[in-house]
Amino acid sequence: MIKVTYRDKHWEVPGRRTVRDVILAVDLNPATVLAVRRGKLVLDSELLDEEDEIKLIAVISGG
Amino acid sequence: MSLKCRKCHQPAVVNMRQHKLALCEAHYLEWLPAQTQRTIEKYHMFTREDKILVAVSGGKDSLSVWDILLQLGYHADGLTLQLGIDEGIRYSEQSHAYIEKFIRDFYPQAVLHTVDVKAAYGAALPEIAARDDRAGERPCAVCGLIKRHEMNRLAYELGDTVLVTGHNLDDEASVLWGNLFHWQIEALVRQSPVLPADRPGLARKVKPLCRFYERDMAAYALLRGIEYVYDECPFSVNASTLRNKLTLNEMEQEQPGTKMQFYAGFLTARERGLFTLPEAEQVPLAPCARCGQPTSAHGLCAFCKLWDHR
Repeated sequence: MIKVTYRDKHWEVPGRRTVRDVILAVDLNPATVLAVRRGKLVLDSELLDEEDEIKLIAVISGG
Repeated sequence: MSLKCRKCHQPAVVNMRQHKLALCEAHYLEWLPAQTQRTIEKYHMFTREDKILVAVSGGKDSLSVWDILLQLGYHADGLTLQLGIDEGIRYSEQSHAYIEKFIRDFYPQAVLHTVDVKAAYGAALPEIAARDDRAGERPCAVCGLIKRHEMNRLAYELGDTVLVTGHNLDDEASVLWGNLFHWQIEALVRQSPVLPADRPGLARKVKPLCRFYERDMAAYALLRGIEYVYDECPFSVNASTLRNKLTLNEMEQEQPGTKMQFYAGFLTARERGLFTLPEAEQVPLAPCARCGQPTSAHGLCAFCKLWDHR
């Protein structure tokens, strides 16, 4: 399962899929987040493995 | 197959669909400052002879624009306002800590001017917002009033010729959306990458990041290693600008480049003279009786009236 973190939320998403698909699977908009894997920025088109963990960072900040 | 950097064909880490451009980390960190310089020149924002004051909040955009200007060799000091926002997450304190960390990590010689609003005027933003909330004012409106006034005041006192803010394209598109939706004609006339210093007491205000998506600025800060405050301001939860951004981003997801076309189209229309007011409708400004800043009000400006209510 791909482990996904966003703010204080955590999900596990099954299967090998792209970062974009994972973002959509957790009901987020890819235009509003960046994905980081093992401390590195990854593209939306990157294919993730079952053991991968990604952190989604909201790009809308401040106020 | 992973996307390759347009310049060196190494794996890309940023893909800007609105530009049909993917870049690796190194080339992205070169590209963005170079594009910022192009924006500065295109809109005649400032030169290296200007004394620049950058409004920094501890967020990704303001720290990034300060970083970029210093990298490009501009004379740029920072200005931060301590608004006293806590709301359980010590928001103002956190924000200030990120500014200090940025300076320590990147520019130990950088100059930061700090205005503590409570110390200077006797009340922090939450207290003012609570009082004015009862009178119908929203915290964001009060915050904006305080920020604009104090940025202007400091720029004038320090002899700075230009004020820089970190507004990105998403910020501008969100404001534009709201102005158009509600046909705020005067606001549409004023909205621009450059607000000239066309009255005594007003500093020129510019937005060098206005052509970059918010997502691209977040990528810049991450790749550059700039740590910034991620939390949204606790008072901004129902702000219309955030709602507008969500709407625009939904449209962007369906059609990449939508936000760019929307904002760039507005700038073109502006250059062609679409958003002007007849001279007769332009609001005359006069100096505030107390602080001297230009105001359309009679007597005291809205900022000075804020403190008179207490």
